[in-house]
Amino acid sequence: MMKSVFKLMGAILLSLTVISVYATPVDIYEFKSAENQKRALELAHSLRCPQCQNQNLIDSNSPVAKDLRLEVYQMVDAGKDYDEVIEFMTSRYGDFVLYKPRMEPKTYILWLGPIGFLVIGLLIGFFFVRKQRISQVEDQEISVEEQKELDRLLNRDEQ
Amino acid sequence: MIPELGHLSLILGLAFAFLLASVPLIGVARKDQYLVRYAWPLTYGMFFFIFLSVIVLGYSFAVDDFSVAYIAHHSNSQLPIFFKIAAVWGGHEGSLLFWVFALSGWTAAVAYFSKSLEEVFTARVLSVLAFIVIGFGLFMVLTSNPFERLFPIPMEGRDLNPMLQDVGLIFHPPMLYLGYVGFSVSFAFAISALMGGSLDSAWARWSRPWILAAWVFLTGGISLGSWWAYYELGWGGWWFWDPVENASFMPWLIGTALLHSVIVTEKRAAFRNWTVLLAITAFSLSLLGTFIVRSGVLTSVHSFAADPSRGMFILMLLGLAVGGSLTLFAFRASQMKSPARFDLWSRETMLLVCNILLTVACGTILLGTLYPLLIDALNMGKISVGPPYFNTVFVPIILVLFVFMGIGPNIRWKKAKPGAMKAKVLVPVVVATTVGVAAPFLADGKFNIWVVLGIGTATWVALMTLRAGYDLIKSKDGSLSLARLGRSQLGMVIAHLGIAISVVGGTIVSNYSIEKSVRMGPGITQELAGYTFHYIETKNVVGPNYTALQGQIEVSKDGEFITLLKPDRRQYTVRTMNMTEAGIDWGLFRDLYVTMGDPLSRTEFAVRINYKPFVRWLWFGSIFMMVGGFFAASDKRYRTKQTTQTSKLDAEKAKLATA
Amino acid sequence: MNKRLVLFIPLILFLVMGALLYKGLFMDPKILDSALEGKPVPAFQLEQLEDSGVIITNESLKGKVSLLNVWATWCPSCKYEHPYLMRFARQKILPIYGINYRDERALAIRELNRQGDPYTKNIFDHDGRLGLDLGVYGAPESFLVDHNGIIRFRYAGPIDQRVWNETLLPMIKQLQAVAKQEGAS
Repeated sequence: MMKSVFKLMGAILLSLTVISVYATPVDIYEFKSAENQKRALELAHSLRCPQCQNQNLIDSNSPVAKDLRLEVYQMVDAGKDYDEVIEFMTSRYGDFVLYKPRMEPKTYILWLGPIGFLVIGLLIGFFFVRKQRISQVEDQEISVEEQKELDRLLNRDEQ
Repeated sequence: MIPELGHLSLILGLAFAFLLASVPLIGVARKDQYLVRYAWPLTYGMFFFIFLSVIVLGYSFAVDDFSVAYIAHHSNSQLPIFFKIAAVWGGHEGSLLFWVFALSGWTAAVAYFSKSLEEVFTARVLSVLAFIVIGFGLFMVLTSNPFERLFPIPMEGRDLNPMLQDVGLIFHPPMLYLGYVGFSVSFAFAISALMGGSLDSAWARWSRPWILAAWVFLTGGISLGSWWAYYELGWGGWWFWDPVENASFMPWLIGTALLHSVIVTEKRAAFRNWTVLLAITAFSLSLLGTFIVRSGVLTSVHSFAADPSRGMFILMLLGLAVGGSLTLFAFRASQMKSPARFDLWSRETMLLVCNILLTVACGTILLGTLYPLLIDALNMGKISVGPPYFNTVFVPIILVLFVFMGIGPNIRWKKAKPGAMKAKVLVPVVVATTVGVAAPFLADGKFNIWVVLGIGTATWVALMTLRAGYDLIKSKDGSLSLARLGRSQLGMVIAHLGIAISVVGGTIVSNYSIEKSVRMGPGITQELAGYTFHYIETKNVVGPNYTALQGQIEVSKDGEFITLLKPDRRQYTVRTMNMTEAGIDWGLFRDLYVTMGDPLSRTEFAVRINYKPFVRWLWFGSIFMMVGGFFAASDKRYRTKQTTQTSKLDAEKAKLATA
Repeated sequence: MNKRLVLFIPLILFLVMGALLYKGLFMDPKILDSALEGKPVPAFQLEQLEDSGVIITNESLKGKVSLLNVWATWCPSCKYEHPYLMRFARQKILPIYGINYRDERALAIRELNRQGDPYTKNIFDHDGRLGLDLGVYGAPESFLVDHNGIIRFRYAGPIDQRVWNETLLPMIKQLQAVAKQEGAS
């Protein structure tokens, strides 16, 4: 009983730490070049804010997202490449912050799955169509009787 | 007192559902015409009482009855009246009530419009729908009752989340729920057909307008949601691949596959098991979406407050509904060889390929959405799967789909001559390639493969769709007459053009948007994409339940005044929440989108200016799709006529005797 | 016969997914493992909160098993946690180092004077750089550091008696036993 009370209080208090701001973050950051800006924004878009619900660093207004966003901007402006920024983020916040998971054993199914689905789907489709063709003895629509039955069911009230 | 009436009426509606789920089925089993016939009044009774409880909840909102917990948590006396009404579906409990209401509405519609179908078949359909009403009705009454009272009664409500205080709330959720829930009808048709063992063309023809209707609503719900997110969240994004968005997109993809596969089943009596499976899957994915939104299993920007006990209940419902229907499918699916035969070059094959690609696309999204959960469940850590993944895997699949989508309407059923196709395809291929390759050079002079593919395939789809339409209205002697075009064919042409329009919009806005974050204040002028933004002043604005600072930004191009944008920063008093509202000037070829950020000094703000070319095309396209779907659903062939009592009775008696 | 089995594939796929969703109900997607567990405390050189003349570095933390507690005056959950920290500090089980995160020096000192100071030392992380290097995403967070200065465990959220008894204390005991074996005090 006591435990659950603690748990509840903790939950209530914890929810207060999230500051209720849904205002859009706008940063005035002067990039050294338009090229840098494009690269930095792209990177920050593909990184997840560790604190928020499900938002990238650009869209989130939480303080930690702001810090990380500026960190990304500065690193890109300092000439750091993609891998260095990613390494900086994941060494602190883990793989969780990557919206594009790395290709590694635990994500093989994720990355190769779609190709697998496609191959399986097209193979099934191919064999299905081929079987249809092989057994294509006579070219038939719905048989005459079936068509009549269908018409009767659908239009029987018209008589 | 009034809320108790609503509660009672909900329970009465549920009682009707219990009867509807049992009496007609007993009637079918005992070959008792009289009991089967009960399905109709029971359906209307169920609908009436659930409708009444929605009305009561709406009324209680309107009169600020804060003794109702749900109202105290989601409303406030200062809230404008239309938001009070819309708040009925603004939270978990109320939206669930709306869900059940939508379901009973669809059930009543089926009862009303299916008078000339086989009575036994329709009665089964109504009973299956009643089972779903019972499931969600119990869920609501037992765990999430919108009529629960509060004591002591608060003087004032906690107000509706400011994020939701928008016209989007009024239209988006009802539309989305009608779509989600609409797939329960085709599901019930499929189950009824499986139970009756009659997976024939008639079943396909009967369920087709219902599939189309649900699809139209879901299309509307998704695009309204995307439009709402675009202007309300202030980021200018229109699709985030969030789990909750995926949850609505997956049934849409399968629903799209279903409405094409059912054509083949109706016309050619082929793909019968496949159509049934799609009908079950579309509804299952709707239920899965409900689970994802309400259980908190996945983290999302849009979800309701999570509660594991709710999740458990929905999972049980999911298990019963989907597990039960898939078991039924496994045992009762037709093993009869399909009587129809078709060649490799045929419309059947094209529709099959498109179906496979849509299913693969849906499977991919499902994989990406649930993968973090899988990794976590296997104790392999926490990972995120987001937009970069989905764009990488989804876009190529869908581009391939567009190639086949162009051919589909132009190829003959059963067996086509490859030579005839070549002649039809040649010009569109050349034009589409040219337009596609030219597009990025016209835009900014730089080659961009995604623009080439996006614009190219959109052009291809548009040209081939128009070609198919042209062939349909042309008679053998060469004269043209629109009258030759059936409504479902007209619908196809419009909806396919809609896809092309949306693809153009999506491609251009994703690749050629420009944004700039700048310091702005009175007197400061900025330039973007040839437009001049001049900040005039900041106004203080007092809304009904908020106060705001509103920037007045004059936009001009080449010295000519275009518009006055008024982005604002609102402070909602009750929830002490800050919100930004973007200032948008929309146009056919571009949106100008301005948001105000934090104040930088006493008079200056950080301001973000966006130039979004062709963004409206995304939603124009979906309007086309909806209109197309509406035309197809209203095709004469599906319209059934009233029967005379006697002939119907005779037919039913004959049917019961053989059942 | 063979064909009948194929029709069961959708059901099987669904059951697998259902099992996954069921398991998902008992997991919390918001609890993140720290990427720093098993790694040394990141290098830093920061002023002590109470005295800007004293510099604390990551080397200062070595030698004893210790608890690093990230806190701030703007953080409501830290206030909830504070009395528990006071209680644990009085028990003198291990040194508790505070990291005053993105805060104002005067405010923080006033808060400690008023409410009591559970911290052995307070590191003043004004611009949040140390917090960033530690992968902090919201205060309060606590790090258990062993005698070699390696982070062994991170707890995100306020510590209360239950968390202390059930999670932290057993780990502290274990780490201290190891430290003793290896000859540290």
